[in-house]
Amino acid sequence: MVRTPSRFRNPIGKYRLHRTSACIACGLCVECCPYRVHVMRRERVEVARAYLCVGHDCKDPCHLKCPEGALSLKRSVDFDTLGDFRWTPDLLASTWHMAETGTVPPGGLEYRTGAAGGGFDKLRLRFRKEGGSTAGGGAKEERSAPWPSSSGARKGETGCPPRGSTWTEDGDGVDVGVELNRRGDHAHRIRIEVPFYGGGMSYGSVSITTMLSRVKAAALLGTFCCTGEGGYPDELKPYDDHVITQVATGLFGVREETIQRVRIVEFKYAQGAKPGLGGHLLGDKVTPGVARMREAVAGHPLFSPFPFHSVYSVEDHKKHVDWIKAINPKALVSVKVSTPTDVDMVAVGSYYAGAHIIHLDGSYGGTGAAPDIAKKNIAMPLEYAVPRVHRFLQEEGVRDQVTVIASGGIRTPHDLAKIIALGADGICTGTADLVALECIRCHNCESGRGCARGIATTDPELMHLIDFDWGTQRIVNLFTAWRRELVRILQRFGMRSLSELVGQTDCLAHLDYR
Amino acid sequence: MPAKYLIQTKPEPHRFEPLTPSGIIAWEEGCLKCAVCVKKLCVYGVYDRRGLNPRQMIESIDNQCMNCMRCVQSCPRELIHKSRNPEYTAMGDAHWTPDIIARLWYQAETGKIPVSGAGYPGPFSGPGFDAMWTDMSEIVRPTRDGIHGREYISTAVDLGKAPAHLLFDEAGGVASEGPQVDAIPLPIILRLPPFGDGSEDTLEGWALAARRLGTFFSVPLGRVRASWGEFGPSLIPVLDPGVDDLQRVPKWFRIVEMGWDEGWRGRFERLQSLFPSALAAFRIPLVQDAQERAAELADAGVPIIHLEGGVDGRWRDTDARYLKDGIRAVHLRLVEMGIRNQMTLLVSGGIAMAEQVAKSIICGADAVFIDLPLLIALECRVCRRCTDGLPCPVEIGRAAPDWVASRVVNLVGAWHNQLLEVMGAMGIRDARRLRGEVGRAMFFEQLDRETFGSLGRMEEGFELE
Repeated sequence: MVRTPSRFRNPIGKYRLHRTSACIACGLCVECCPYRVHVMRRERVEVARAYLCVGHDCKDPCHLKCPEGALSLKRSVDFDTLGDFRWTPDLLASTWHMAETGTVPPGGLEYRTGAAGGGFDKLRLRFRKEGGSTAGGGAKEERSAPWPSSSGARKGETGCPPRGSTWTEDGDGVDVGVELNRRGDHAHRIRIEVPFYGGGMSYGSVSITTMLSRVKAAALLGTFCCTGEGGYPDELKPYDDHVITQVATGLFGVREETIQRVRIVEFKYAQGAKPGLGGHLLGDKVTPGVARMREAVAGHPLFSPFPFHSVYSVEDHKKHVDWIKAINPKALVSVKVSTPTDVDMVAVGSYYAGAHIIHLDGSYGGTGAAPDIAKKNIAMPLEYAVPRVHRFLQEEGVRDQVTVIASGGIRTPHDLAKIIALGADGICTGTADLVALECIRCHNCESGRGCARGIATTDPELMHLIDFDWGTQRIVNLFTAWRRELVRILQRFGMRSLSELVGQTDCLAHLDYR
Repeated sequence: MPAKYLIQTKPEPHRFEPLTPSGIIAWEEGCLKCAVCVKKLCVYGVYDRRGLNPRQMIESIDNQCMNCMRCVQSCPRELIHKSRNPEYTAMGDAHWTPDIIARLWYQAETGKIPVSGAGYPGPFSGPGFDAMWTDMSEIVRPTRDGIHGREYISTAVDLGKAPAHLLFDEAGGVASEGPQVDAIPLPIILRLPPFGDGSEDTLEGWALAARRLGTFFSVPLGRVRASWGEFGPSLIPVLDPGVDDLQRVPKWFRIVEMGWDEGWRGRFERLQSLFPSALAAFRIPLVQDAQERAAELADAGVPIIHLEGGVDGRWRDTDARYLKDGIRAVHLRLVEMGIRNQMTLLVSGGIAMAEQVAKSIICGADAVFIDLPLLIALECRVCRRCTDGLPCPVEIGRAAPDWVASRVVNLVGAWHNQLLEVMGAMGIRDARRLRGEVGRAMFFEQLDRETFGSLGRMEEGFELE
């Protein structure tokens, strides 16, 4: 963990502190603020880091303490223009905080849930009250806790920074890793040390720096990151062991060599943001580099059709999986699908076709451009699909033979814990990574030169707004904070491993049905 | 296979600057006059093109700003901020939200489907149609090469009546009446909005749009001008027997509509004798006994029933029920009676987004009327000042018919493309086959309880986080 502040001069926070000329520079505010908001410089006090202010959650508020009444606390007007129902301004700011510090915000921000008014945002983790029996809602037996209390964890005293690329069970005694090959076949045995990996974002839709930052962060965290469907740039070669390459309907940049280079291959049948619709990369984003990678013509829009024109039945699907296994017999095969009414049948079909991983992509995520009508209306929310698939695979007697990965709108460690309790083994992240790189969700990724903040763009000038080391560290920090928070949650449930939480729906309560 | 139905759209600029969700506040006081000012670095060149629109007293930068916040975050003196625009937030109401209105403006201006990056920003679900999701099919479906690809998806629907079967005489000739139907190329009919500052020019523009689209414009007979003869086949006159002399109504209308009241049977017979070639439509309000009334009308052989909900997308007599529930109830009743395939069910009331056309059809409608969107296409802000006799802030009545038609064609063109998107995803190639297909939809009421109803309970000794 290395503190990695915003790359902008003025980070956006929830509060603003205003100092009038009545200030006598007594330094009381500098002393009392635990968040280092105020700074004494050349016998003058300045509000140097207003974005770290926790506002009304502050135990010792400077603006009430100031002997001259020179300080006033206000909500930032900029802050209120940010965000939406799913990614509230609070969630954006807390993700930025985690990416900067590697810990969850100390106060002032609701970092656990958004304001979508349903699904994740109405689900709550259901803990036994502390001081009583220590067993959590879903745990089977009581255990004494050999680890620090949750308040310690929140201050970042537990959990350890990543060491190299292997990062397991350090100190806290809680295993959050996930075994990806459960078929016990001759393919690779792969364990990820955190219960998430990076979802596909293609070269072309995001910059090479964004892509590299995500992949290197994945390597440091002991997990993987998916290339998306835009090909496999040579820059990723040093991280081959942490790359998942995607085979999607457009087959852009898919070659035998790229399939043989990796340990996991992902078939993308559909994606949650535009289920049943193809992908579409606008001509503006098809720069010569992108065109080369995709073996296409620069400046022309690229359609990724829907569905695979070679797959019209589950038998065709098996043929697809066999094809990958023939080219790279040791590879794990992941099948990424959307969430239709019959998602449970699709999952079972994929299992019998030989998939190691069933990846359910819900409709709230997605980082690329998609028609609003599709994002809002097509296919069921992830929170409905995961328990349905989990149960169906259980009834079929194959649940322990396959890994279920959920993605599409998982924004926080709490969302992660909730979807695991609903029946997933792990998740994919996407938007959260971009928010760590200071995406503000202006939703203009697709227009003109692409992302004005240099994240989702191939514009040579804008791309340079992000430094590779900065980006890598921000993502590592964010997920370090996620991991710590997840460990705290599992400890509160009295669990030693994440696998104990899978499908434990009594660890959850829903505000509408309690 | 019929020729592909394509709606030709062309950009049609706004007359007034649209309201934006937020505005830029840029203080000049305290400016350091940096050599490289953040305003010069704007990716979108917003500050280079700034200017004041003197008619509206709006600074152009707000409409060009794309909310990347880079200037806000980079100014060394923190002199630039963004703030929510209260005028924007105050638009419309709970049903016609500011975001819906702004998105309709965009579609009327560009003719394009609203597309955005970075995932879905909205609520989990909502009332009415927002409590419904449409299905998709992973593999078995029409192939898609963009929405106007190789495989044709037909959005045409039939209006009118068709017998369940034909009767033949002894010589083998057809002895019974055949189907009496009129097909429209898309399941959307234009309808005079319930309020608005529409002038004769505005109405002419809407009629023109209906003709260009190949659909109908439904308007009270009293507002049909003699000079509109050319639009006759594209109009559905709404007759008011208290005012209109039915004898004098021109005979070339293909469909005529009347409101339901106690004396409807007599008037239905009269309509049939006066307009033997026209299809009669009866309008019933969406209230508690709408099912009974629809059943009576259908039983008597009325070819078209128009179920009219409130402008807020709810029932006319209760706020607790929505158009969606009304359509399902009436449709199911007609299915139970065994006559659903012999007549047409049209619905109206609060249809505000393209997805609601598809969802109405899934619930059991054959086609929908759209009304307020016709006004919003003309930059209406749903301020309802016109209902108090106050002047329209965007002077809708002064817009030329061609501009009006073009904006409406753009809007409907964008809706049509979105309808193709959702139909394609569902694997449906013909809008006629979508009707009543609730298996292609998922309902909040059912799924939410099924999924979350059996989670942990809130008991003594537990706390939630």
